[in-house]
Amino acid sequence: MSTGTVPKPIAGTSSFLDDRLGAGNFMRRNLRKVFPDHWSFLLGEIALYSFIVLLLTGTFLTFFFKPSMEHVIYEGSYAPLQGIGMSAAYASTLEISFDVRGGLLMRQMHHWAALLFVAGMMVHMLRVFFTGAYRKPRELNWLIGVGLLTLALLEGLTGYSLPDDLLSGAGLRITEGVAISLPLVGTWITFFLFGGEYPGEDVISRFYSLHILLIPGILLGLISAHMILMWVQKHTQMPGKGRTNKNVVGAPFYPAFMAKAGAYFMFTFGVIALLGTFAQINPIWLFGPYTPADISAGSQPDFYMGFLEGALRLMPSWEVNLFGQGGGTLPLSVLIPALVPMGIIMTGLAVYPFAERWITGDNREHHVVDRPRNNPHRTAIGISAMTFYGVLWLLGANDELSWVLHVSLNWTTYVGRVLVFVAPVIAYVVTYRICLGLQRKDAAIIGHGVESGVIKRLPHGEYIEVHVPPAQDIEAHMRGKEAVPTLPGAGNGSDGVPPKALRGPIGRLRAKMSAAYGGEKIPLDDGHGDGHGHDDHAAVGAGGDDKPAVH
Amino acid sequence: MTDNNHDIEQPGERVPKRVIGTPSHAATGTPLLGAEERTGPAEVPGVDLQDEATAKKGERIAAFCFLLTFLAGIAFIVSYVAFQVGDLDSAATSNLALGSSLTVALLALASGIVVWVRMVMPKYKLVQERHEMASDGETRAYVGETFLQGAAESGITKRPLLRRTLLAAAAPLGLAPLVLLKDLGPHEYADFPKKLRHTVWGEKTKEGKQRRLVVEGTGAPIRAADFNSPGGILSVVPEGYEHDLNELAKSTLILIKFRPEELKSGTNRNWAPDGIVAYSKICTHVGCPAALYEQTTHHILCPCHQSTFDAADGAKVVFGPAARPLPQLPIAVDGEGYLVATADFPVPPGPSFWERGDAEAEAREKGGQS
Ligand code: HEM
Ligand code: FES
Repeated sequence: MSTGTVPKPIAGTSSFLDDRLGAGNFMRRNLRKVFPDHWSFLLGEIALYSFIVLLLTGTFLTFFFKPSMEHVIYEGSYAPLQGIGMSAAYASTLEISFDVRGGLLMRQMHHWAALLFVAGMMVHMLRVFFTGAYRKPRELNWLIGVGLLTLALLEGLTGYSLPDDLLSGAGLRITEGVAISLPLVGTWITFFLFGGEYPGEDVISRFYSLHILLIPGILLGLISAHMILMWVQKHTQMPGKGRTNKNVVGAPFYPAFMAKAGAYFMFTFGVIALLGTFAQINPIWLFGPYTPADISAGSQPDFYMGFLEGALRLMPSWEVNLFGQGGGTLPLSVLIPALVPMGIIMTGLAVYPFAERWITGDNREHHVVDRPRNNPHRTAIGISAMTFYGVLWLLGANDELSWVLHVSLNWTTYVGRVLVFVAPVIAYVVTYRICLGLQRKDAAIIGHGVESGVIKRLPHGEYIEVHVPPAQDIEAHMRGKEAVPTLPGAGNGSDGVPPKALRGPIGRLRAKMSAAYGGEKIPLDDGHGDGHGHDDHAAVGAGGDDKPAVH
Repeated sequence: MTDNNHDIEQPGERVPKRVIGTPSHAATGTPLLGAEERTGPAEVPGVDLQDEATAKKGERIAAFCFLLTFLAGIAFIVSYVAFQVGDLDSAATSNLALGSSLTVALLALASGIVVWVRMVMPKYKLVQERHEMASDGETRAYVGETFLQGAAESGITKRPLLRRTLLAAAAPLGLAPLVLLKDLGPHEYADFPKKLRHTVWGEKTKEGKQRRLVVEGTGAPIRAADFNSPGGILSVVPEGYEHDLNELAKSTLILIKFRPEELKSGTNRNWAPDGIVAYSKICTHVGCPAALYEQTTHHILCPCHQSTFDAADGAKVVFGPAARPLPQLPIAVDGEGYLVATADFPVPPGPSFWERGDAEAEAREKGGQS
């Protein structure tokens, strides 16, 4: 079978480009670039494609949206608000919703895409965290990811404020209240942001340029860098048959991966269109124009701001005046919830790869990812952090919780104040145990095989179930496990003088942490020769060819 | 690109060695770039061709999907023309028509491609080698040397005058954009934190009279005698500033009528004519309007983070993150029987800020509100 010749027009164009760019070299190296496959690798793509949908729908919105706080009397087609004074921004958002064909669809799609963008990013980040895909050489891409998440929150915050309805105004007021509480610079920051006192006449147009130009520009740059690094470093892969740290196993970029990516983009786009069509979101016409004198009860921010909202709600009423009447007011009941949880989470994310490397002393490149159970402390830390976030997030809707659970609002807060400290600890312990349990299960499968469902009678009358070796690929997947490294000399059994780096208080702490964090908790092959000795327990060998041959 | 018949990496490039599943190098021979012909991939390891029956079936399903996209695309355009907008119902209809045709078009396209990949394209299990990210020692050494050589050639290391003046040159230029941002802020700086301490309640009207309390929304002044059912509440704004959002953000009030015996020591009775008390509506936490009132408990509740204030007792905080009571406004009844403000809030209303200080203690010293 011959693949024939390249059709004239394509050959012509390619030659033209190659003559000028030498693109052939790049194509030769990359057309068949191999991409490994796993459902969890698609999570980041959701975020990527949502971003493209945001760019498309957002650009459409800019054609009609008027970022101005000029006072106008509404004369559009939405009857209940006719004759009412409002900002030009709000009026134009009403116009987009009711007087522009497809305007409502684009608005709703834009908002749904924003939610999907942030959600996709978060879940993608969790995948990367729990599989340890952030390890060397991918720390830089991890940091870019942390930056992207932070910027996405800012982008969402500025976008949410643009329509200037009563709900978005409440969000803006909270933003102002938080900003003005900052020590020393708070008043300055708010006066500069709002061009004077709150709300002023400038903030919508300023947020507009941040929202449609500055932040998306930086996002686009960072996303491109993220993709380039991913391309250059190649994707990580799950442990499995024939997959090693020295290779990539999967489908070629052209044609399979390219087509799949296209399909996935269309799928994301389609789901956003579906949501934009059938799931109403942010019906700003119901809220009315913004006034600082009013608020609609039960207002909720978008989900990604929920944890900050929860933190604010949880806080007891602490405030100190450092210099008495002279000033120095520190509204801790605002400062702590606004800065601490976000600080813990973002800083924690940013330093984790480096902290882990410091503790384990693991300076190797990793291209085969971990199964979460195989690094139980990391997984427990991750789940613990998620629990912390989750408690705050739930508390962000404590009015609804109290409504649904029929408990008093105040009790949800009291319970939340305890849970925010206790739940992460419980989550840590439980997760750690579950991980070890799962490791034991793996060891049992490797050691004894899986139950085949076949019952056999032994010569002396005993009935046993025949165990057979696990399927090759499953076994390979399990055998991808590798002990979490520890620093040389950190193990409790190590004798002699500890190496220099592990002396002194910090060094000793480091050694302790290293010993606790690393090491093999449940060796895979422990299942062997534990005395049962039934012939029928399948002798599962060490599957020579499944083990990465080279390391 | 012509001499491809060897498996040696091109120097300095991360060319993967043969990727299993790609045409052999001889066959790569750049046909895409205009070469004559290439011999087929035939049986390549890692490329598992679909059997013809599956592929045929896949082709049919994918074609059906693509056709669906074609039709839905047309439906989208037709919907745009057919459904006009201009009120709630027609906007909803247009949204439904445009949205569902777009959804069908996109999802069908996605499905078609997925079927194409799964049923028509081969199953792949290609293996490609990885290389350490780090360059080899020799390269690193070369780069290091070149860097030093270049630095020496440029003279930047040898000539401190050059270096220092360059740094000096960059500093003010780097500050220039920051300086440009200055006019983002207000124009008079001297008094800007002070602005937060004052509201128009402390100013007389243009006619030199005390400023009336008017109902938010209608702008009607409030006759004390008419506001007479205990437990009643009103949202109130300053006369003449009904639409000034900056002012409303500090000056909005919540007005509550009490029976005299309900008031506790926290509330200043001198400022409560006929048991009518005016508190700032702007939450002392981060500034939401504390808009909810529970008659039986006299609790004012802020819907944002549920700070709860006891209106009968000087609006002191009984629950939630707000740290200070809602300031009480000194009010009285004027000659015509209307409610007016007699002075500004004794302490700044709204959220806390650094320069605020312990304004409550200050007010106490001056003999104002407790
Ligand atoms: C990249 C992440 C982005 C996020 C998270 C985001 C988020 C949002 C949100 C939540 C809203 C309020 C929507 C509503 O009315 O319900 C909004 C409004 C808006 N966005 Fe974005 N957006 C993003 C990117 C963009 C881009 C790239 C553009 C323009 C090129 C854009 C233009 C607009 C405009 C004009 C509005 C106001 C119109 C309206 O609310 O109807 N956005 N954005
Ligand atoms: S703004 Fe009122 S409780 Fe936070």
